[in-house]
Amino acid sequence: MIPFNFIYYRPDSLQEAADIYSTLQSKGQKAVYFAGGSEIITMCRTGSIQPKAVIDIKNIPECGLLSLYNQKLQIGSVCTLNQISESKLFPLMRLACGRIADHTNQCRITLGGNLCGSIIYRETSLPLLLADAEITLYGPEGERTVPLRSVFYQCMQLKPGEMIVQVQIPVWALSARHYHIKKTANEKIDYPLVSVAAICKDSKLRLAFSGICSYPFRSEQMESALNQQTKSFEERVKQAAELLPEPVYADAEGSGEYRLFVFKNTLRQLLEDWDNGKI
Amino acid sequence: MVKYEGKVVIALQVNGEAHEVAVRPSDLLLDVLREQLGLTAAKPGCLNGDCGACTIMLDGWPVKSCLMLAVEAEGHVVLTVEGLNGTAPIQKAFVDADAFQCGYCTSGFLMVCHALKTQNPLMPKENIIEEWLQSNLCRCTGYQEIRRAVRLMYEST
Ligand SMILES: Cc1cc2nc3c(=O)[nH]c(=O)nc-3n(C[C@H](O)[C@H](O)[C@H](O)COP(=O)(O)OP(=O)(O)OC[C@H]3O[C@@H](n4cnc5c(N)ncnc54)[C@H](O)[C@@H]3O)c2cc1C
Ligand code: FES
Ligand code: FES
Repeated sequence: MIPFNFIYYRPDSLQEAADIYSTLQSKGQKAVYFAGGSEIITMCRTGSIQPKAVIDIKNIPECGLLSLYNQKLQIGSVCTLNQISESKLFPLMRLACGRIADHTNQCRITLGGNLCGSIIYRETSLPLLLADAEITLYGPEGERTVPLRSVFYQCMQLKPGEMIVQVQIPVWALSARHYHIKKTANEKIDYPLVSVAAICKDSKLRLAFSGICSYPFRSEQMESALNQQTKSFEERVKQAAELLPEPVYADAEGSGEYRLFVFKNTLRQLLEDWDNGKI
Repeated sequence: MVKYEGKVVIALQVNGEAHEVAVRPSDLLLDVLREQLGLTAAKPGCLNGDCGACTIMLDGWPVKSCLMLAVEAEGHVVLTVEGLNGTAPIQKAFVDADAFQCGYCTSGFLMVCHALKTQNPLMPKENIIEEWLQSNLCRCTGYQEIRRAVRLMYEST
């Protein structure tokens, strides 16, 4: 049971949603956009947040699109991870979605919720960062479409009252060679010790990571180190690990040392599979 | 646009019947099913999406009702174990395979298996069955029997 009341809004358009947000904000009242609700409900139940209102955006048509249009795949922010997987349109994203939470939760967790949530892993960001995805945002100041990497560093950098409408993925990424691996401490369904996503573009590997640091990221420096064909796998992996953007993340699931060990082994395996044409 | 504030009456479609229930917007679907409609098959367990004891079906897909607001279910089709009427193939298969001990997790597993069959009328590959079943926990650890029940469900229809 959620031990307090909130107002529930279900707008039919982006403008209605942003207007509700602005009106409440002008009265000093806290509102949150509500998608799959899995994180908001848990946080309300445990008392970590107490919004005055939730704005359920699942009825907004632009947020529910999942289709190919103009050489791009559009994925609406309220598409569930399961809808994205079942569409089979973006194989790398399918692999990433299939390893977030469990199948039943994948039927509720949305793309926007995963990107904006407070749980640090945000694993759907990896395929999107690798594919040079663009993202459309809407808020009280209107709509903007920008490269995802310009608004996603560590987490989504949204302006007050802004919401994700959809992401657009260029078609080359839908058929590119790709690789995804998620290592967990014990159970298959768990937060990652290390998640690695890779995609091939212009004969080079692009790589993005979650779990190894306190935020997900793509690193072009690490990619350069790992693409040095003249060096041994060992040397490339060692160099890439030295280029991590911050100290290795550590928590009850795994110490920093253990995560680094798993990370290096995973990268080495990836390079071997890549070399053997298994990717 | 819908706006609900305070106690409101909403229409829910549960187990093929139309119901009107008075809810707060922050009421969980799980609590409304159990406390207002008397449908106690869906069970409270962890309440944070891990155990699956609260699983119901929404428009043919499995959903953990502890992570859903009752107001969100408006306009959708909800199915709980009570709506299976004791006649779903998975119910007989659970009995035949001895797929429960204390039974606390059983309703959740029945719904996830029934949803699996709804979405995959023909027996899917083992890895798909495993993926769906991994959404639920059984503390009596009857996993092999539950797996057998899924196979029996497919073989019997
Ligand atoms: C059992 C379980 C296991 C999990 N395991 C993993 C895992 O392995 N890896 C991983 O990466 N994550 C994992 N998660 C985290 C999950 O992806 C996040 O909790 C996610 O936020 C849930 O999405 P939702 O749609 O339910 O979000 P909501 O609860 O609806 O929203 C979460 C946050 O995002 C904001 N938001 C939602 N949509 C938008 C939008 N379109 N625009 C702007 N803001 C928005 C909300 O305001 C809120 O702050 C797990 C969650 C659960 C419950
Ligand atoms: S009670 Fe809902 S998943 Fe545990
Ligand atoms: S039968 Fe007891 S928890 Fe599953």
